[in-house]
Amino acid sequence: MKNEKSTEDIALGIRRRVFEHAMRNNGGYLSQACSAAEQLAWLYNEELNLGAPTLPMIPELFAGVPHADNPGYHTGAGYNGPFEADLDRLFIAPAHYALVAYATLIEVGRMAPEGLEMFNKDGSSVEMIGAEHSPGMEVHNGTLGIGLSTAAGLAWGRQKRGETGKTWVYMSDGEVQEGQTWEAIQCCAHHHIDSVKAIMDVNRQQCDGAMDSVMEVGDIRAKMEQFGAVVAECDAHDLGAMRDAAKTPHVGKPLIILAHSNPFHAMPILEERFPRLHYVRFESEDERARMNISIADALGVAPIDYEGAR
Amino acid sequence: MAEMVSRPYEAAFEKHALANPDVLCLSADLTSSCEIDKFRDNHPDQFLSLGMAEQNMMSFAGGLGLAGYRPFIHTFGVFCYRRPYDQLMASIAYPRRKVRIMGFLPGITTPGGMTHQAIEDISVMRSMPNMTILETGDATEVESICAAADSIDGPVYCRVLRGQVPRLFDTPIVVGQMREVSMGDDILIVTAGITTEEAMRATKALKGAGVLVRHLHLNTIKPFDKVTMLDHIHSVKGGVITLENHVTEGGIGSLMAEIMADNGVGKKLKRLGLNDTYAHGGSRAYLMRYYGLDALALTQGIEDLMGEKLGITEQDLAQVRVDAVHSLAKAEGL
Ligand SMILES: Cc1ncc(C[n+]2csc(CCOP(=O)(O)OP(=O)(O)O)c2C)c(N)n1
Ligand SMILES: [Mg+2]
Repeated sequence: MKNEKSTEDIALGIRRRVFEHAMRNNGGYLSQACSAAEQLAWLYNEELNLGAPTLPMIPELFAGVPHADNPGYHTGAGYNGPFEADLDRLFIAPAHYALVAYATLIEVGRMAPEGLEMFNKDGSSVEMIGAEHSPGMEVHNGTLGIGLSTAAGLAWGRQKRGETGKTWVYMSDGEVQEGQTWEAIQCCAHHHIDSVKAIMDVNRQQCDGAMDSVMEVGDIRAKMEQFGAVVAECDAHDLGAMRDAAKTPHVGKPLIILAHSNPFHAMPILEERFPRLHYVRFESEDERARMNISIADALGVAPIDYEGAR
Repeated sequence: MAEMVSRPYEAAFEKHALANPDVLCLSADLTSSCEIDKFRDNHPDQFLSLGMAEQNMMSFAGGLGLAGYRPFIHTFGVFCYRRPYDQLMASIAYPRRKVRIMGFLPGITTPGGMTHQAIEDISVMRSMPNMTILETGDATEVESICAAADSIDGPVYCRVLRGQVPRLFDTPIVVGQMREVSMGDDILIVTAGITTEEAMRATKALKGAGVLVRHLHLNTIKPFDKVTMLDHIHSVKGGVITLENHVTEGGIGSLMAEIMADNGVGKKLKRLGLNDTYAHGGSRAYLMRYYGLDALALTQGIEDLMGEKLGITEQDLAQVRVDAVHSLAKAEGL
């Protein structure tokens, strides 16, 4: 499954897909593709040890929530392959990054492009806020700050059973405002859960804008180290630095990579929207048209023909 | 079609806060989503950004109450009570702090799925001693929610509608007073929030089929005027039906069951709502159909209650409102 395309190409493909989607739908979680594309591309194309997908390339429709009367229920984790002792697991903790995560699944050949057309459509499992039945998801993370704790529990259990696979968490920096994130780190340290690895998109943005204007979080690295994590830092758009960061030894402690990202990387025109990048909806036909031309040019594709799209 | 009002909360909150200097505006990184972004920009002295940290926000609001302020908390309904339940209980409800909790996206009014849909909030708040519960069902109620909530001597949880909201009523909320929408005497329908509009739609079709309903709309869920409700229950020949944007346990269906059982009323009660299930993400119209919360589900429920077919079809019910995913009245797609 690995390395058919370069990680750079996958990152570009992710941005192109998210861009096309946002254009057709007059908006979306577009900035997250700018900040996160290399991180997710690197995870899926290089770092994660995953088996072949076990779920259909074209996602099934929504088939109900967990319930005693719904025995056929399953999560979307099968897009990341089977659960095996030596294989890795991944949680996308900020579930609003789902659009970027789905685009990644397509780029690495784990989901058909049709999957993205089902995004946020009634009756679809490809939900706007990734649900646990959505492709590539294993738990619900739309309530931010719970992902790292879940990963810690799974990882502790896997370590106890002697499994060698890692448990990865994709995190967002907004999550450090939630107390639970700190509880999770101290727990990993206390119980020596070193099979937990996290990479955090440090884009310094949240819903209300720049994090410093909403609630300052100070020196994330120093705080995490004090709570017992090993922290590595890298430029989120420098794959070499990301690879090196992942090699940081962290015996007995979780590893958290702070990936410092640019929320308009590869789509410079989005800077016009700073500091309101969390959810980019085009505010006028003129803005939509201008962004279409500018971003298409930056990504090396033709402008999207969005007339007639909803 | 009812008049649609854009972002009624925005101006209503500003007006109320400016007239009441002890009112503070608290936000948890959902400022535009809760229609208080202009307030933040125009009145920074009365605004407090607390970041995405709801547990701290609840106890902090309790502290503001001790200092004599009346904080209005703004976030999505789910984030008001799921994560910070303990703080809500210990710092706000027990000591009866005058904290006004504005919970947006009630029930299935969002495509955000389980983590964003407050489907059991009424149940949780009803079982919390000292908590008052208000729910808005139209633009006029949203416009009057701040004054209504702020009149309460203790904590209040409000289910608030945002974005494009229909105007169904022309008088403000009077706390404790239910609205008599229709006064027939065959069947009693009780609704609150967005299900009221559905019941109004069903009422016309039911009339065509010869069923005259008595329809009551609730904006005050706790405390509750049981005496008046009991009179209405006795006034109808047939049974009682509730339709709620909530699970069928612990909400207004349960409230009716309690009143009827407590008073030995020997009538049938049918409770419509989310039936022991979580919901998932989708448009409001789709979710209301899928989970049986719309006008059609109501007429079918009434058929069940009456044990006869009324032959009401989808076409008999007026056009279902379709919300655009992207509306200028919403900050995001939720
Ligand atoms: C517990 C909780 N509180 C609030 C929210 C609403 N919310 C969704 S994303 C978000 C911003 C979080 O920051 P980050 O994930 O860094 O956002 P981004 O960089 O994508 O803007 C908020 C407040 C939530 N999903 N969960
Ligand atoms: Mg961020």
